Amino acid sequence: MRVLALAGRRLLSSLPTLLLILVGIFLLLQLAPGDAVDALIAQTGGGADTRAAAEMRAQMGLDLSVPAQLANYMWRLVRLDLGFSSIYGKPVSTVIFERLPATLLLMLSALSFAFFFGLVLGVLAARRVNGWPDTLISTLGLVFYATPSFWFGLMAIVLFSVHLQWLPAGGLEEIGAGYTGLRRTLDIAAHLVLPTLTLGLIFLAIYLRIMRASMLEVLSLDFVRTARAKGLDETRVVVRHVLRNALLPMVTLIGLQAGTMLGGSVVVESVFSLPGLGRLAYESVVQRDLNTLLGIVFVSAVLVICVNFVVDLLYARLDPRITP
Amino acid sequence: MESDLITVRDLRVAFASDAGLAKVLDGVSCSIRPGEIRGLVGESGCGKTTLARAILGILPQNSARIQGGQVLFGGRDLLTVAEGTLAREVRGREIAYIPQDPSTAFNPVFTIGTQIADLMHWKSPLLRDPSFKGNARARREADLARVVEWLRLVQLPNPEALLRKYPHEVSGGQRQRLMIAMALLPEPKLVIADEPTTALDVTVQAQILKLLKGLARERNVAVLFTTHDLGAAYEICDRITVMYAGQEVEEAPVAEFFNRPSHPYTRKLLDSLPSAETGLRGIPGEIPRLIDPPPGCRFNPRCERATAICQQRPAPEQVGPGHSVRCHHRLTEFAA
Repeated sequence: MRVLALAGRRLLSSLPTLLLILVGIFLLLQLAPGDAVDALIAQTGGGADTRAAAEMRAQMGLDLSVPAQLANYMWRLVRLDLGFSSIYGKPVSTVIFERLPATLLLMLSALSFAFFFGLVLGVLAARRVNGWPDTLISTLGLVFYATPSFWFGLMAIVLFSVHLQWLPAGGLEEIGAGYTGLRRTLDIAAHLVLPTLTLGLIFLAIYLRIMRASMLEVLSLDFVRTARAKGLDETRVVVRHVLRNALLPMVTLIGLQAGTMLGGSVVVESVFSLPGLGRLAYESVVQRDLNTLLGIVFVSAVLVICVNFVVDLLYARLDPRITP
Repeated sequence: MESDLITVRDLRVAFASDAGLAKVLDGVSCSIRPGEIRGLVGESGCGKTTLARAILGILPQNSARIQGGQVLFGGRDLLTVAEGTLAREVRGREIAYIPQDPSTAFNPVFTIGTQIADLMHWKSPLLRDPSFKGNARARREADLARVVEWLRLVQLPNPEALLRKYPHEVSGGQRQRLMIAMALLPEPKLVIADEPTTALDVTVQAQILKLLKGLARERNVAVLFTTHDLGAAYEICDRITVMYAGQEVEEAPVAEFFNRPSHPYTRKLLDSLPSAETGLRGIPGEIPRLIDPPPGCRFNPRCERATAICQQRPAPEQVGPGHSVRCHHRLTEFAA
């Protein structure tokens, strides 16, 4: 009941956030020179006359005033209509949902990878604080954190794909191989190893540091001494009493970083030529495909809000002191 | 000596710090009889808490170094017992612990019931009862009945509902009652109460002390009660050990302690109790740095009676039944 009340409240409070993001990005994009018609004309060789261009603008509703365009857009969103992409020649929702799975898969695998190994390494470092495992892990974390992900991705391709030929260099799956079932799953997994590492390492470094600090803090709390004084063995003290409490900041971090991760996927998807949302966003900017770009922003915002919503619920489950 | 429950002999503990080794316990000896309520008094930083934790074996692993001595309990030296054995057989079962601040002593993410069940799972005295062998379910039910009964004994209202609550949902006094119940539930022989009332309201303090004393007396459980509150020590203790800067300086039955203090430090400590006539009086000087403490009796730089011989630590001297003092110039005249 407590968790449900919290969920409802959080969901309501996220609506204004969404509205603000959409209005903001719409107005920001109006400031950029050129529109979809200009981009279309440029693509087709630039020969179209001004009358035809004006007709196209009228057809797309681009000749209206900015507030009227914004109102039109909002009204369409309410009806869950993201508009039509003149560049791709398909409804924006179709374009986005074609690209969404790759990004979701990449985000999910990178997040799991970073969270799990960050947790394990953080615990190891905290258990041997100032010893050589701690120094090694902390140094490694710093190196991961300081390495730009595009560079890391390119080097990984050079080493693992070109020289060792262990893993594919790009794409989501072997094109034209026609795999099905388990074989296809394995194929996609192999394609995702390098992108996951590339996107995940920087987050791994962050999780590792947070986990280490959080473990050290919780280890020094009184209730850990109580648990020891009760005569629980060391493993139980660490797993049951310390880990559970040390996880709280880690969970918070997932919510905070969902947006950052979407941003990071633009670079990674470009490096590994994955057909994802990040690359779509980049292409839409280049092609002045305002409708698609707005659609992506909308979907990304909804995605981030969803992640934060889940994190809030998780947090309320993990920490009974949180009240709605 | 044979009848003592626990004997600490010449215990030396140091803490590593950036400035060097702080010698926090400097050859402390004391023994507690079965069922005795023993006060351990002294200023903050005199080593009370370190002694309490050293007995339990829960000193911070990173910084504490045990440099010598023995803690004899149940026919073995706890300092040489393996950590796993100590956790399984001694801590929480034979020697229990009541922490200083009950508000931080519970894990905030588990219900009180879960935390007590966790304790009973490993430390219930019913585990030793052959009639429950192989019948864990019946044992758990019997355990629950015992827990509820104990919560009534520590005067907590509505025990069943309390078990479903989280630690932040109950008051400080109730939490400390729970801690007392949890310490006594496994039927230990010794309870180490580390300033159990310092974090509580004055009005609650007296109730908690009375409760602890009553329960320990009924069950013949020995208590090591550390405090800097001489009033609290007077309330519940049979004997009092005075510590100064990591050395025990005097040990006396409670009446002797207040009427015939024999160590100059004990005298000063009693004089520093506020009263209507004298107002507040402190002890001149300050506690020595434990990294390079004065040789011999560590009180000598602050002591009016100190002479050259005080550079050597005096041996304990018996000055009455159960009353011993470590001082070369002990007091022999007593103020009325």
